[in-house]
This record gives sequence, C-alpha cells and structure tokens, in this order.
Amino acid sequence: MPRQKILDMSVDWLSILDVNGNVDASLEPVLDNSTLEKFYRTMVLTRLYDEKALKLQRQGRMLTYGSCLGQEASQIGSAYAMKPEDWFFPAFREHGVQIARGIPLKLLYMYWMGSEDANMTLPPRNFSVAIPVATQILHAVGAAWAAKLQKQNIASVVYFGDGGTSEGDFHEGMNFAGVFKTPTVFICQNNQYAISLPREKQTASRTLAQKALAYGFEGIQVDGNDVLAVYSATEAALLKAKSGEGPTLIECFTYRLGSHTTSDDPTRYRKKDEEEEWRKKDPIKRFRAYLEKKGIWSQAYEEKTLREASEEVEKAVEQAEAYNPPIENMFNYVYAEITPNLKEQMDELLKFISGKKGG
Amino acid sequence: MAKLNMVQAINLALHEEMQKDPTVVVMGEDVGIDGGVFRVTEGLIEKFGSERVIDTPLAESGIVGTAIGMAVSGLKPVAEIQFEGFSYMTIDQLAAHASRIRYRTRGRYHCQMVVRSPYGGGVRALEHHSEAVATFFIHIPGMKVVIPSTPYDAKGLLISSIRDPDPVFFFEPKKLYRAFREEVPEGDYMVPLGAGKKLTEGDDVTVVSWGSMVRVCQEALEKVKDISIELIDLRTLSPFDEKIIINSVRKTGRCVIVHEEPRTLGLGAEIIARINEKSFLSLEAPVKRVTGFDVPVPLPKLEDFYLPDPEKVAQAIIETVSF
Repeated sequence: MPRQKILDMSVDWLSILDVNGNVDASLEPVLDNSTLEKFYRTMVLTRLYDEKALKLQRQGRMLTYGSCLGQEASQIGSAYAMKPEDWFFPAFREHGVQIARGIPLKLLYMYWMGSEDANMTLPPRNFSVAIPVATQILHAVGAAWAAKLQKQNIASVVYFGDGGTSEGDFHEGMNFAGVFKTPTVFICQNNQYAISLPREKQTASRTLAQKALAYGFEGIQVDGNDVLAVYSATEAALLKAKSGEGPTLIECFTYRLGSHTTSDDPTRYRKKDEEEEWRKKDPIKRFRAYLEKKGIWSQAYEEKTLREASEEVEKAVEQAEAYNPPIENMFNYVYAEITPNLKEQMDELLKFISGKKGG
Repeated sequence: MAKLNMVQAINLALHEEMQKDPTVVVMGEDVGIDGGVFRVTEGLIEKFGSERVIDTPLAESGIVGTAIGMAVSGLKPVAEIQFEGFSYMTIDQLAAHASRIRYRTRGRYHCQMVVRSPYGGGVRALEHHSEAVATFFIHIPGMKVVIPSTPYDAKGLLISSIRDPDPVFFFEPKKLYRAFREEVPEGDYMVPLGAGKKLTEGDDVTVVSWGSMVRVCQEALEKVKDISIELIDLRTLSPFDEKIIINSVRKTGRCVIVHEEPRTLGLGAEIIARINEKSFLSLEAPVKRVTGFDVPVPLPKLEDFYLPDPEKVAQAIIETVSF
C-alpha cells in the first residue's frame, strides 16, 4: 500500500496585452475594428460615469458609491463576451458591465441616487445589484440550472470580489455548480482588497482561481487589466458552459484604484506607492496603446469619444435627478397584491402627509 | 374519497401540482431517492425524474439561494428544509433577497417559490428538531408564512402557496404529520392564503391558534364544555386574517391566544396590539397568551413543561372568562 500522489492540478495565467499595449499575436482574439472601438468607448464611458458619480456623491447628490476605477478591463472584457440572452448577476461595483449590457446610464444614476424604481425597466436577464457580499452567486447558479432544465442554450455570469470568496454562499454556489454542471461563469474581480483587508489575509490559497479545482471544475487567473485576456477567457468559459461542459471560475487579477466606497479612506491601509505602481498598469491606457498601434486610435478619435461620452453622462444625470418616486411605490411592490394591513399603513402615511400639507 | 394523514395530503398536493405545472420542481436534502426523511416527497422522483426532484448537497443557504435563481428564471421551486432548526441558514437568502426581489425591482422580477419545513415539538426529538420558528419569518416583509393544522387544509394551502406569486414559507406541524386522517379529495382545490377559519362558533371567548396547537385547543375545549368558545385556526400567519379575529372579539369581548413559538414578540403580541387598535372598547378582560416560554426548547425530559397543553389552555380560558 504505497503512499502516492493521487491529485495533480494546476492553474493557468492568461495575459494577451502587456502594460505597453504590445499584443501576444498567438493569443490575440479575432475582433473587428468596430468591436474594438466599442470596447474602448465603453471603457471610457464607464470611467466618465464613475468620475461623475464620485463628484455627485461629494456634492451630496448621490448615495454611498463604490467606484470601479481600474477595473474597466475586467468588467467590459467579460461583459462583451456575453450574449444579451445570457443572465448577468452583479454585485455592486459592476457599473462597467451594466453599461456594456445596455442598461441606460440614467437608470444607474437613478438607483445610486436612491430609488429602486430604476430597476423597474431593467433589460431582460440583467439582475439587480446585490449589496450583501456573495449572496448573488447562488442566484446565478439557480438561474443557470433553470436554463439547463428548460433546455435553453444560455449561461449565467456572476460577479463578486476577492472578499466574496470567503463567504459560505460562494462555496455553496461553487459546489452546487460543480455537482449539477450548471452553465455558470464565476467572475471574481480580485481587486486586492476587501475594504481594508488585503488579499493575502482573505485566504491562504496562492490564487483564488484554484478554489474551483476543489469543486471539480476549471479555474483560471487572467490579467484583469487586460481587456483582451478577460474577453478571451470569458468567451471560452461561456462556450464551454453552453456546450454542457459546466462552470468555470475566472479570477481577474486587478486593482481597485479608488476607495472601497465613498465612505472609505484607503490611506489607512495601503501605501500610495502601491497605488502608483498599479496606475502604470491602467487598463484603458494599455488598450489605447494597442488601438494606436492598430491605427484605430488617434487624438481626434480620443477627443470625439470623450466628448460624446461626456454628453451622455451629463444628460443621464439630468434625467436621473429629475425623477421623484411616487410615495405609494414604498408599499405597492412588497407583494403582488397589497395586503389589507399594508394598505392601512399606506393610507396612514398618505393621510399624515396631506394633513401636513393642509396645515 | 380517501382518508389521508397530513404527510399523504402534502404528498398528494406535490404530485398533482408537478403533474399540472411542468415548471414546478422539488429540491432539498434527501427528497429524491429517499423520499424525504418524513416521506413527504415519496414517489415523486419515480414519477417526475431527477431533473425535477432534485437531491441537493447538504447546504440550506445553497438550496434556498439557488431556488431564488430558478424562480427568477421562471421555475416554481418547492424547496425543503429538512428540519426547522436548520432554517436559520435560510434567513439571509430569504430576508435579503427572496422577499424583496419584487420590491427592489419594482415588479420587474419576482420570486415565486415555496420553502417547506417540518416544525414543532412534542415528538421527543434531538436539539434543533423541536422548534417553532415561524416568528423569524413573519418578521420579513414580502414573505408569506403558512401553517396548516389538518390534512385537508395542508393540501389546499400548499397548492395555494405553490401558485402564489410571492415567496411562501410553509411550515408543517410534524406532531400532526401522522396524528390523524381525514377525507382529502383528489384533484384541484385551494384553501386561500390570508384567511383564517372558525372551527367552532361561540359567544364567551375567542381562542386563536394555529398549527399543532389547534389540536391542543380542541382538547382544551373538551375540558371547559360549559363555556361557549369561538376557536379560530389562523392558517396563514403572514399576512394574517385580522378581520376574523376582530369580528370575533367584538362579539365575545375576550380572547386567548395559543402558540408554540416563544412568547416575547411572538405573533400573539401583534394580535393583541391589533385587538387594542380595533376592538378595545369590546374588551371585557385582558387578552391572555398561552405560549412557549422565552427559553430554548428543552430536551424531552422537560419539553412537556415547555409546550402549551390542554390543561394550560383550559385554565387560561377559565381565567379570562371569569376575569
């Protein structure tokens, strides 16, 4: 009875564009110029959307907000690998994915300005933001499972962070997905911090990707600041999922250049030098260099892209700020049909308000 | 018409709903090959296959969380939590998501699903296997909570719960699973959610109860035959039938509430508040509660002292009527 190695597993790293925008031609995905332009435009739009949100928050015009600065490649690369009919389950920092999936900016601002009404017209198979960490992972597995049972050829894609991999729901979701071979793609944006907790204190594992191996499926670590690498990995995972080969965990190795949310002060737990190092790996800068080498990007193109994006952002903010939800909406969507007790409570509030106005 | 016990009635409801509606799926620990530890799901996997009767890994949050994803994509999952003492793990997914998906998305998505679980004491079980935990779920806006007390109602209420467009926690009084049989018709019938039922008409005192405590109340009534009692089985705890209670108390002027759940902030407390708001001037006596105590459910050597029993209920009725 010898003692012998019975398991030998490994995790791949994928990188296609280096920090200077040089491409590994053997791995370069086949994408036409208009698609590449769309990637770039959405990355720029996401950054402007995000900057504006931070400004609005500082002016007291928005709620607490979690910036996605620095994670644009992880988000836009994965989002454009999806088909509109695939399910998308966000956490709360996936503004870039939401924009790429065609959710109007107005609705995104409306939500973060404080109204659930923004979700009323979400395009199909785009789920609402999940604030409790990792809880949405199970929903994505359930939706993928339903698709499989209903013989729909779609997959579901779910987003979470490095911190989320410590939650029970992450492990239960991964385990269910492995057991039932659900067409799920798990996108872990490892941005190195869960608020203040650095990645190495979150888990003793060398990578987050390897956690998939314990559940019987593939995990891959990709350069999360390389939009082509993220796109390629996600596209492959989706193809695999839809051909019945089961789930994949993609760890996008990236960095949160901003704070956790507007309520957070990162100077308490990390050094400026580190941020500067990561700034050099900026996903937009590197993709721009790639596009320039391909003859797509020019200064004039940049100015046009920025101008158009900026106009879109300003218009969306204006529309979102003009929105005032009806008070009845606070009661009307708790159940399909309002209960007598809730009706009484609603009438009580409306009467109180009209009394105040009358007085 | 067949005489069925509650296990058989629930099983029949599941068979019929799965037959009628191909989007209904049953999932949970040991619900397939084993037919459930109480045999409630017996025979389903043979009839509907392992894609619709799913033996899941052992993870309660996982069961309910994936059921939510299924519900959002158009299936109607009926998820089983094997024992109520393990339902605590579901509270996050139910309170943070299932109950508020309709609200958060203003009706864009909703979550039509049922979570079933046995509950309650009096079966001389291990720790965590004798609890009455409905209060936790009543407190979640957007959830509905149902507890039948008879085989007939169990079938009709479960069918209503499966067809209800909102998430329902369906608690099954395990002490009554095989306690008695009654006629349960085959085929479609619904017992509406949110509607209590008057089991006896009376003028002296209203007794409100639900689940396994209804049987306890019925036995208590035998002990105080000279008192005219209106016994109400609430059947749905959220949203509960306020009207049936208020109308009865306006007539009797007195009320006793009997529940197995711990007393403080139990549903009895809310019922008393509503009685105060809506029928205060009808009251002839303080409303009394006979409930589980505010302690963890003790193991069987002390369990009988914990549970409301016919003697305790009869005494409360006498005290209320003679106040």
